[in-house]
Amino acid sequence: MLQPRLPAARTAWLTLVGAGGFLLIWTLAALSGMTSRNFLPTPWDVVIRFAQLVVEPFAGFTLFQHLLSSFRRFATGFVLAVAVGIPLGLLMAWFVWVDRIVSPAFDAIRFVAPIAWVPFAALWFGTGIGGPVLIIFMGAFPPVLINTYRGAKNVDRKYIEAAQMLGASHFRAMTQVLLPAAVPSIVAGLRISAGLGWQSLVGAELIVASSGVGYLMVKGQAAVSTATVMSGMAAIGVVGVLIDIALRRLQQSIETRRGL
Amino acid sequence: MASITFQGVERVFHQNGKAFVALKDVNLVVQDREFVAIVGPSGCGKTTCMRMAAGLEHPTGGSVSVDSEIVTGPGPDRAVVFQAFALFPWKTVWDNVEFGLISLGVDKAERRRRIEHYIELMGLHGYEQAYPHQLSGGMQQRVAIARAYVLDPKVLLMDEPFGALDAQTRVVMQEELVRLARQHPRTVLFITHAVEEAVYLADRIVVMTGRPGTIREIIDVKSIRTQENWDQHARIEDVMDQPSFVHLRSHVWKLLRSSGAADAH
Repeated sequence: MLQPRLPAARTAWLTLVGAGGFLLIWTLAALSGMTSRNFLPTPWDVVIRFAQLVVEPFAGFTLFQHLLSSFRRFATGFVLAVAVGIPLGLLMAWFVWVDRIVSPAFDAIRFVAPIAWVPFAALWFGTGIGGPVLIIFMGAFPPVLINTYRGAKNVDRKYIEAAQMLGASHFRAMTQVLLPAAVPSIVAGLRISAGLGWQSLVGAELIVASSGVGYLMVKGQAAVSTATVMSGMAAIGVVGVLIDIALRRLQQSIETRRGL
Repeated sequence: MASITFQGVERVFHQNGKAFVALKDVNLVVQDREFVAIVGPSGCGKTTCMRMAAGLEHPTGGSVSVDSEIVTGPGPDRAVVFQAFALFPWKTVWDNVEFGLISLGVDKAERRRRIEHYIELMGLHGYEQAYPHQLSGGMQQRVAIARAYVLDPKVLLMDEPFGALDAQTRVVMQEELVRLARQHPRTVLFITHAVEEAVYLADRIVVMTGRPGTIREIIDVKSIRTQENWDQHARIEDVMDQPSFVHLRSHVWKLLRSSGAADAH
């Protein structure tokens, strides 16, 4: 049975209890002495370490420099995924023969987790930017392609007929009818894509990088500093949320413009 | 010179191994600049006829041609006004009306001239930058009509264009269409299930029956209209009061009823 929504005060209280309880148990476990403070730091230790990393370089750069490095790779991979995924999705939706050619190859690849591309990337790109970009691309590309394709395929038939009646060329039909109609679906796909891309990034950096947040975490692990690793995780989480918020705003503004 | 010719048109569907005859033995010629309405009950195949002239569907037997050229696909020479408007929601009124003109390669100045002319004519002045969802149904259909007319098509195909509008808007649109049709005569094939609408608008009425869809009778309205001078009456209700109008309407109704149009209203 579905419970009615809780009043706001109750929700806030429960959230506080949940988060607070979690932090309390964590702190107690860290202070209990069952392992060293390096191994299991208290939440406050992590906060201190995070602040340190912002000002002091570790593994070559400060936290923000590492983040920037990571973000650059993410942006490159993501933009590439969008630049290839959207046109290809539209072409596949419009020309059945393109669909027939691309689908088998795509289906074969899409279920390979982005992380599984790391050895391949390492062989091909070493520690250059190509490695992480390839992995981010492999994470971000499938949702963009699928959502573009689906959005375009689901365009109401009447718009296609109107476009054909109005003498639209293939190019105009795809860019002026399919693409705008598919935008809500595409933007939804972008959010998923960005999330997957950002998550894949870290895995990539664990192995094939010499800067970046993932690299920072690996170096933190080597120095047996869990606080460093956790600071990295926190940074990743925050940036991930910010990226999602930005895309959600984009989605909402598009929906209002369309009168949806 | 733009005429539409249906020659021995047949449309058969196959479903689960059974053949379903939707249209049979349809023979009709719509003359240049003639306004022909097809009336019939739902499912009689009248919309299918229009769609075949538009090139959106194809006959399984016989042929449909425009100006002696067999119709193979849709195009701006056979402009369509759809019942569901089918305006692009992501484009403004102006851009919607302009879309087909760009396909035709009309230059910018000429495009502007034509669009402004029809925007004015259809009473859309001031709404050029509005989006379809901001407009009422009647306004949207005016845009759709402007979009079709602006192409200067050989042939105009209208599929129950006022079907989605409320009764009052419908009447206004009918009056406007008559004015437009008299001012800019073109070859029109108009599909409707509303008898009054057909008698008011058309030069000739094609009465169709269903299952299988075929032509029952073709009625000449123009001769009666010119003889009785219906055009002297500006308002639709005055035209519909004319005894000749009432008589003709009855005649069409009787035809529809006797052909088993159970759901005619």
